Amino acid sequence: MSGVTLTKAVKKYGDLEVVHGVDLTVEHGEFCVFVGPSGCGKSTLLRMIAGLEETTDGQIAIGGRDVTAVDPADRGVAMVFQTYALYPHMTVEENMGFGLKMNGHPKAEIEAKVSEASRILKLDQYLKRKPKALSGGQRQRVSIGRAIVRGPEVFLFDEPLSNLDAELRVDMRVEIARLHKDIGATMIYVTHDQVEAMTLADKIVVLRAGHIEQVGSPMELYANPDNKFVAGFIGSPSMNFVEGLASSGAVVVPAFGNKAFKTDLALPSEGTPVTVGVRPQDISIAPAESGAEVDLTEQLGGVAYTYLICPTGERIVVETKGVEAPASGSQVWPSPAEDALFLFDAETEKRLR
Amino acid sequence: MADRSRFFRSELAGPMATAHSRAAARFMISPAVLLLLGWMIVPLSMTVYFSFLSYNLLMPGMEEFIGFTNYEFFLTDPAFFEALTNTILLVVGVLFITIVGGTALALLLDQPFWGQGIVRILVIAPFFVMPTVSALVWKNMFMNPVNGLFAHMAKGMGLEPFDFLAHAPLFSIILIVAWQWLPFATLILLTALQSLDQEQLEASEMDGANFGSRFIYIVLPHMSRAITVVILIQTIFLLSVFAEILVTTNGGPGYASTNITYLVYAQSLLQFDVGGGSAGGIIAVILANIVAIFLMRMIGKNLEA
Ligand SMILES: Nc1ncnc2c1ncn2[C@@H]1O[C@H](COP(=O)(O)OP(=O)(O)OP(=O)(O)O)[C@@H](O)[C@H]1O
Ligand SMILES: [Mg+2]
Repeated sequence: MSGVTLTKAVKKYGDLEVVHGVDLTVEHGEFCVFVGPSGCGKSTLLRMIAGLEETTDGQIAIGGRDVTAVDPADRGVAMVFQTYALYPHMTVEENMGFGLKMNGHPKAEIEAKVSEASRILKLDQYLKRKPKALSGGQRQRVSIGRAIVRGPEVFLFDEPLSNLDAELRVDMRVEIARLHKDIGATMIYVTHDQVEAMTLADKIVVLRAGHIEQVGSPMELYANPDNKFVAGFIGSPSMNFVEGLASSGAVVVPAFGNKAFKTDLALPSEGTPVTVGVRPQDISIAPAESGAEVDLTEQLGGVAYTYLICPTGERIVVETKGVEAPASGSQVWPSPAEDALFLFDAETEKRLR
Repeated sequence: MADRSRFFRSELAGPMATAHSRAAARFMISPAVLLLLGWMIVPLSMTVYFSFLSYNLLMPGMEEFIGFTNYEFFLTDPAFFEALTNTILLVVGVLFITIVGGTALALLLDQPFWGQGIVRILVIAPFFVMPTVSALVWKNMFMNPVNGLFAHMAKGMGLEPFDFLAHAPLFSIILIVAWQWLPFATLILLTALQSLDQEQLEASEMDGANFGSRFIYIVLPHMSRAITVVILIQTIFLLSVFAEILVTTNGGPGYASTNITYLVYAQSLLQFDVGGGSAGGIIAVILANIVAIFLMRMIGKNLEA
């Protein structure tokens, strides 16, 4: 068993606390993705698990064993770096076998494991090359191979695909997903790419400013966000937020022509502002004399994203079928599906449930 | 030299330059090349010319052509072989001390510690001291058997003071020269060390490499290029060490601390034998070129790629 458990993990650089008491459990064999805006502490948290950053306070356990003070090499984890961090003067083969060599494994065993890994990653023909004679995607495969060869209980990835071009990124993403299925090891993966997070993860951890905002499966987070931040972060294009006013058993939304949307949720007292969230694909538009002005339209072929300016000045995005997209400058009437609204407290940004 | 021409081609003309711009580039650097050539050729050919003459300053106007006699005398002089050995020992000794010491210092200076800036400047300082001055400081303040610091330390420990320059003259000179070149080596090696990708070190740490293995497998290969540069540059200068010998031991006792450069000086200016000195100079040039070829062969390939 090789789950990872963080208990009140804290990281401070001097007086500056960047990770504030994080509690998290990653089950054995789970693919866990950390997402969050830049600077929120994803890398820091990952490096704490790897042992490359000292944990200021709290506890980290891998496979039930407390490793808070254990050396990186002895934690049973392997890491794939964003910049690959291959050893430039060693061949691909030597790069992948380095970890085993350092731990005194016999040559024959190293060779067997390296060739196994190179078979999985289709690196056979590059084994004798130096890293600088490889393309970016090949380098990243080598660095994944280096991790595989060591046979770790936990794989750690820090934005492994962000240096690759879009097409290669899709290929590698599929490859990583396949790898996870084949090996079945626990993997923790840092990214700020929505799509990577949604497609790869069994469990997504949304971080903001050193706090965990919400943990759950991709669909849980998408369908049932705990707060405005998670709602806005998961899903692409992101959720629209407009202002609403609580009235008895309904929310009045000025942006949608002062329409009152009925709700069973516990609303704050009448007249209090609430934040109304609605995803772009849950709004339909119809041509109208007045309503919202079409600012511009992005055509993607099958679908189009239409940017609207509501009478209140608020901007929203609406997803339409490609052929139905309205011309810019025209007026449309946006009407959201009533059961697709998310309501948030305007002050605390917590979801109203 | 092959490297130099490649450098000029790629830096000045670039791979995509037209024939025209390449010709223009050649034309424009030609004055500099001619000047350098003249600068080099004139003294060299005069030295070659003198080396075939019997030319003694004590007997001016008596010059005559004597063929290879000067070379014969210089090469069969027992002092020549001693000087050759000394030159090699001096170069190798100083290289060894500066590279080992420079690497160690660079590793230390790369660690974060309080007062880092000042310590770095202090480490660089010896490089700015003139060779004669530093040799005199070592001779009189450290190695002097009566007043020197080392003598005081020896006496403090109840030992007999050691007369460095009399009993270990070559070793003392190696120490003095190494002290002067240590900052240079440290500086170059420190820059190399600082350009090492931290993530590589972290990756190797995760791979289970301890400090020693990290140094051998990651740090040293990364620094090999810088070490090559240090060896090349220092060798060129160390072959011609002179001032330090002149002000400390005068090449003595006997020929114990005479290197080729100093032997040439002794021949032509102490014995007023310009012909013999010139022959020695030409031999030194040939030896230096042999060394250069070997160096280029052995480690020059480190600089490519
Ligand atoms: N050595 C350090 N000293 C002080 N603060 C640091 C240090 N390293 C990181 N930080 C701070 O810690 C916070 C988290 O950094 P981290 O690298 O984990 O962000 P991240 O979520 O990985 O961002 P990105 O998506 O841009 O990689 C940042 O605010 C950063 O400024
Ligand atoms: Mg990061």
